[in-house]
Amino acid sequence: MDKPVVIVVGAGPAGTRAAQTLAQAGLRPVVLDENRQQGGQIYRRQPENFVRPATKLYGASARSATALHTAFADLLPHIDYRPETLAWGVVDQQLLIEHKQRVEAIAYDALIIATGATDRIMPCPGWTLPGVFTLGGAQIALKAQACAIGSAPVFMGTGPLLYLVAWQYLKAGVKPRAVLDTSSLKTRINGLRGLRHRPAILAQGVRYMADLMRSGVPLHTGIQPVRIQEQEEADGLRVRGVTWRNSRGQLRHTVGDAVGMGYGLRSETQLADLLKCDFAFDPTSRQWLPVTDEDGATSQPGVYTAGDGAGIRGADGAEYAGALAALRCLADMGHTVATQDMARLRKALEPMNAFRHGLETGFPWPWRNAASLPDETVICRCENVTAGDIRRAADALDAPELNRAKAFVRVGMGRCQGRMCGLAGAEILAAARKMPIEQAGRIRSAAPIKPLPAKIRGIMT
Amino acid sequence: MKGLFRRVSETQRSPITITVDGQPVTALEGDTVLTAVLLAGGQLRHNEFDGKPRAGFCLMGACQDCRVWTEDGDELRACSTPATPGLRIVTAEVPWTSQ
Amino acid sequence: MSHPAQPVTHTTARADVIIVGGGLMGAATAFFARQQGLSVILLERDLVGQYASGTNFGNVRRQGRFLPQLPLANRSRAIWGDLPRLIGENVEFLPSGHVRVAFKSEDSARLEKYAQDCKPYGLELELYSGRKAVERFPMLAPDVDCASFSPLDGHANPRLAAPAFGRAARRAGATVLEGAEVSHITRSTEDFVVETTKGQRFTAPLLQISSGAWGQKMAAAFGENLPLTPKAPQMGVTEPVPYRIHPVIGYASWVEEEGVYLRQVERGNIVFGGGLRGTVDLAAKRAYLNPLNTVRQMPHLERILPDFARLRVIRTWTGIEGYTDDDLPVMGPSARVPGLYYAFGFCGHGFQLGPGVGATMADLLATGKTEIPLAPFNIARFLAPAVL
Repeated sequence: MDKPVVIVVGAGPAGTRAAQTLAQAGLRPVVLDENRQQGGQIYRRQPENFVRPATKLYGASARSATALHTAFADLLPHIDYRPETLAWGVVDQQLLIEHKQRVEAIAYDALIIATGATDRIMPCPGWTLPGVFTLGGAQIALKAQACAIGSAPVFMGTGPLLYLVAWQYLKAGVKPRAVLDTSSLKTRINGLRGLRHRPAILAQGVRYMADLMRSGVPLHTGIQPVRIQEQEEADGLRVRGVTWRNSRGQLRHTVGDAVGMGYGLRSETQLADLLKCDFAFDPTSRQWLPVTDEDGATSQPGVYTAGDGAGIRGADGAEYAGALAALRCLADMGHTVATQDMARLRKALEPMNAFRHGLETGFPWPWRNAASLPDETVICRCENVTAGDIRRAADALDAPELNRAKAFVRVGMGRCQGRMCGLAGAEILAAARKMPIEQAGRIRSAAPIKPLPAKIRGIMT
Repeated sequence: MKGLFRRVSETQRSPITITVDGQPVTALEGDTVLTAVLLAGGQLRHNEFDGKPRAGFCLMGACQDCRVWTEDGDELRACSTPATPGLRIVTAEVPWTSQ
Repeated sequence: MSHPAQPVTHTTARADVIIVGGGLMGAATAFFARQQGLSVILLERDLVGQYASGTNFGNVRRQGRFLPQLPLANRSRAIWGDLPRLIGENVEFLPSGHVRVAFKSEDSARLEKYAQDCKPYGLELELYSGRKAVERFPMLAPDVDCASFSPLDGHANPRLAAPAFGRAARRAGATVLEGAEVSHITRSTEDFVVETTKGQRFTAPLLQISSGAWGQKMAAAFGENLPLTPKAPQMGVTEPVPYRIHPVIGYASWVEEEGVYLRQVERGNIVFGGGLRGTVDLAAKRAYLNPLNTVRQMPHLERILPDFARLRVIRTWTGIEGYTDDDLPVMGPSARVPGLYYAFGFCGHGFQLGPGVGATMADLLATGKTEIPLAPFNIARFLAPAVL
């Protein structure tokens, strides 16, 4: 009998460890990666002709990053690696992929989705200006291109990435003008119960904050963004700074020429959706996520998720989850796997689950801000749909959930399929209709999950 | 014209030249198209509906807000496409039927 | 106008007519029936216009239709042109013309014959052959053999049309209930009794079934069985590009896979559809798009519009549509049950007809007759003589 085909989608920490585990069991998994180089976002590599050492690139995580990169290099002869390849659709137990305008349908026996996450976005007036990037984007500019997003950046949002990126900019010689955190000190103390499950990471975060303060970077907590201010320059619009309210409601302004923003992370769940996996609303993160058991098995036989693509547990958690999902996949296919290995991985993930809960409690998604966004605020940056448009869908057009609002006013209908606006759009709709957020639902995914060239030509297998 | 981005290191790479909307832009080998354009200027493209400038957002291939075109009409995601010597791109409008 | 239906604050209500199914047909019928002075209760299982009515391509096309359907299509076209005024909402109707292109001489011959045959029905088409076709429509492929242009056809936004009719019907006094799934229909001596899964009970002397692909089951409950196959027509849309393709363009081919069509909306996206269809699970109310069929659409779209190949597809979708064996709808009175009317099974070409169907069904409901010839669409054509 032929060896079963297992496809791993994504080559970050979860995808790499999943592929490694499968290869160790004698399989030759197909590993799909949209990036040109393995590593995912967290351990994203710089181009080959860059010379900074790993310690400079990845800081405290340098050892993990290097280990993951090395593991992958060792793995290459044992896997079918497809970089720069988009998995865009599913039909009849086949995954459709595109690489340089060629489409291929790969029949699979099992699929491990390790597609990671992006920044979770709460729009504010001015967020579409040139010079405003996600925190992840600001970090990629630095890590993969040795560039800062500006000379005087302001970092706004919440979550550990906010402080990490600000600190990385500081270390790179670009001093942030301020760190503006929507979470208050009080919520952060509430989060400590979960956060203390990973003391080393907690200590790192405290160190980043201390270094920033020592260098004179103002850290403000409990803020509410008001507007990213613009100015007209000879060659177009630029960021002038950020207007915000402090925890006592007073208006403040921070001058800066760029903004990095993000409010925790949002899982990339489109493939699980196309695969008809059950989703459930997660009240902690206020996101809809694929339903999985502790090993990452979804409601669909042979489909597994691992890493941040099914709930945010960070890079270390993703490595464990990738290995665990692969072991579970092997077990389900009838391979003999060491049950103690699976038990060990489940055990290792426990504190990460608690930590994740602590993060969501300590640095919550500022969902209440959605209701107070001015009507003219662009929410869907692809289609230029405003908060007022969504409220009109909610009221005059009587849309009871997000896909109906999308049908009426095009929120989430553009190129990114609601990745940037979907969560905020749901909050605005729910607030306008005074209903619980879970009733607003989630934007349904559709093939192609990212834009697909019409010039595609197929190899139909 | 002042660029949006600012280099912080890795400046010892070989220079290359690409063409953006007919103007030569000098970049370094290993830069992405987005990096090259935003080091040279303040924007990357315009939103189709309000015509306002955009400069990408997520830099990781998710937001799709950094799409530009080669002069031949092929679309590029600027954040994940390396700038290669001689690359000619247009940012104003997709080269599309003139009818 | 007479009284509106009694308010449905309780669990029972009576009206002149109950319409089961809030697609474009049902919503438009509700609106026009109110104009005729009937009291109306419209029962929609989910949301108005959510299924085929909201997911179709959006063609407002007359040319190429079954000739005896043209009087209905013409009536509908007149209503489309009167739309913002009539229902108070813009549904993006754009009478920018519709062009069918042929590459094979036998297909061209069909276009030429149709252009002659449709004249008595008041449909004037312009035919362009070879080089003249490309001069007139320079965006077309240079080797087009024949282009048939219908200048007064066009396209509209299906996501907006049926809900807009539903809201207009409600403003006109109809009781439009969403989330009202019919569980049971019986007929007492004078009224139809319609019950929902929520335990609501509605009565009316007139009943219209306009429940699309689900119409077959409801007609069968009245002893009228017809073959109706649910299929999932596949659509998609490109990224927005400058608005330069004004007419709808359809590939006039009798090869199923080649039968694709496209239209550019004013915002710039190109909506496309046609070719091979996906599958349907009627019980689960789900249509499944086959993305390989999307891949198969690409070369044929490029065939008619070469510049299509420059673009990116950003989204695809499908919906649940009912197809009869003769590719014609079921429309008109029941063959067996007095007071019962049908308007369903439009075989993927119902969107253009929707407003005209609404007006014509309202004629039937209010007066028992209409000037629009409907004989070819009567359900009787499917029934064994013994049943009649």
